[in-house]
Amino acid sequence: MSKLFSDRIKKVFMGPLSQDNPITVQVLGICSALAVTAKLEPAIVMGLSVTIIVAFSNTIISVLRNMIPNRIRIIVQLVVIAALVTVVNEILKAYAYDVSVQLSVYTGLIITNCILMGRLEAFAMANKPWESFVDGIGNGLGYAWILVAVAFFRELLGAGTLFGFKVIPQSFYDAGYVNNGLMVMPPMALILVAVIIWVHRSVNKDLQEK
Amino acid sequence: MENIASIFVKSIFVDNMIFAFFLGMCSYLAVSKNVKTSMGLGLAVIFVLGITLPVNYLLENYVLKEGALKWLSPSLASLDLSYLAFILFIAVIAAITQLVEMAVEKFTPSLYASLGIFLPLIAVNCAIMGGSLFMQQRQFVNIGEATSYAFGSGVGWLLAIVGLAAIREKMAYSDVFPPLRGLGITFITVALMAMAFMSFSGLKI
Repeated sequence: MSKLFSDRIKKVFMGPLSQDNPITVQVLGICSALAVTAKLEPAIVMGLSVTIIVAFSNTIISVLRNMIPNRIRIIVQLVVIAALVTVVNEILKAYAYDVSVQLSVYTGLIITNCILMGRLEAFAMANKPWESFVDGIGNGLGYAWILVAVAFFRELLGAGTLFGFKVIPQSFYDAGYVNNGLMVMPPMALILVAVIIWVHRSVNKDLQEK
Repeated sequence: MENIASIFVKSIFVDNMIFAFFLGMCSYLAVSKNVKTSMGLGLAVIFVLGITLPVNYLLENYVLKEGALKWLSPSLASLDLSYLAFILFIAVIAAITQLVEMAVEKFTPSLYASLGIFLPLIAVNCAIMGGSLFMQQRQFVNIGEATSYAFGSGVGWLLAIVGLAAIREKMAYSDVFPPLRGLGITFITVALMAMAFMSFSGLKI
């Protein structure tokens, strides 16, 4: 048991949550991160889907890593990812149809999400299955919490709701409060991510670029 | 014909891959440090989109869609293979990028030298896969429309990346607040560009 949760594993898991976050530091997987964050619910579903897919594709590729010829490894990786994404997509369609409609093409785009290829190339090809699995979970959650943070502010300020429930009391609206329509438009997602990067880098000074 | 032209213009300005859908953001942020390389990547994206999207269109309409296999034999008319779309699309994209890479290397070594490293990377560019998935969703009536959508999206992507690269080249000389330096300010720049592009959204052609 102690071997399963050694210090190294802890580092592999905790790193992507902050110091080595896939979005704010590694700059991977921005495409879907920005597009699905107008509401909280799709953002959470997206974050979970990506976490599951990264974890399992990392494990599978890590198991196969010594059998894959180097020249065709990209295609092998893509096929593994595409198969997993297809499974997740069908499950979403079956059990969470509304969300899958909101996510539209972006579930399919998990295939080309750079986090997956990036982690497969950088980690799973050189590490054992268990570590790769933990790395996948860590990176997936690191990605998910940024999504949730962005979606929280966009939904709260843009529509005055959370998970579709009204949270801003009617008296605010009566007093002249107005929803910020710009929040639900694409550009604000970028600005919110920039703000997260700003806060993150003010705290972790060593991440600042020269 | 009019329809084709309007799809082309719309996919450049209104449905811009970057500013409206954030497709291909990863390479967009990573490669936009100078105008010349971003131009190269943009051209490569147009090229690959222009080839893969029509191929995937044919695949979608003659193999994957419900009843699409009717031309093969009437007994296959009830077959719906659309759940295979992701795997087939990405396989086509990966294979075609490989082919394009080999062809470019053989026939125009100078172009290959300038695009070189970007070509294989394009296989995992969300813009290419996204193009195919949007094509599937929008149900274009013929291959001409699909092709014009492909080139329009490609040109829009090129426009976006060259624009950002030009701004970033100038920004290298400015004194940005340390925590925002690099990535942060780039995000804000893209947001401002996206707001500018939002003004096209009422465009009716």
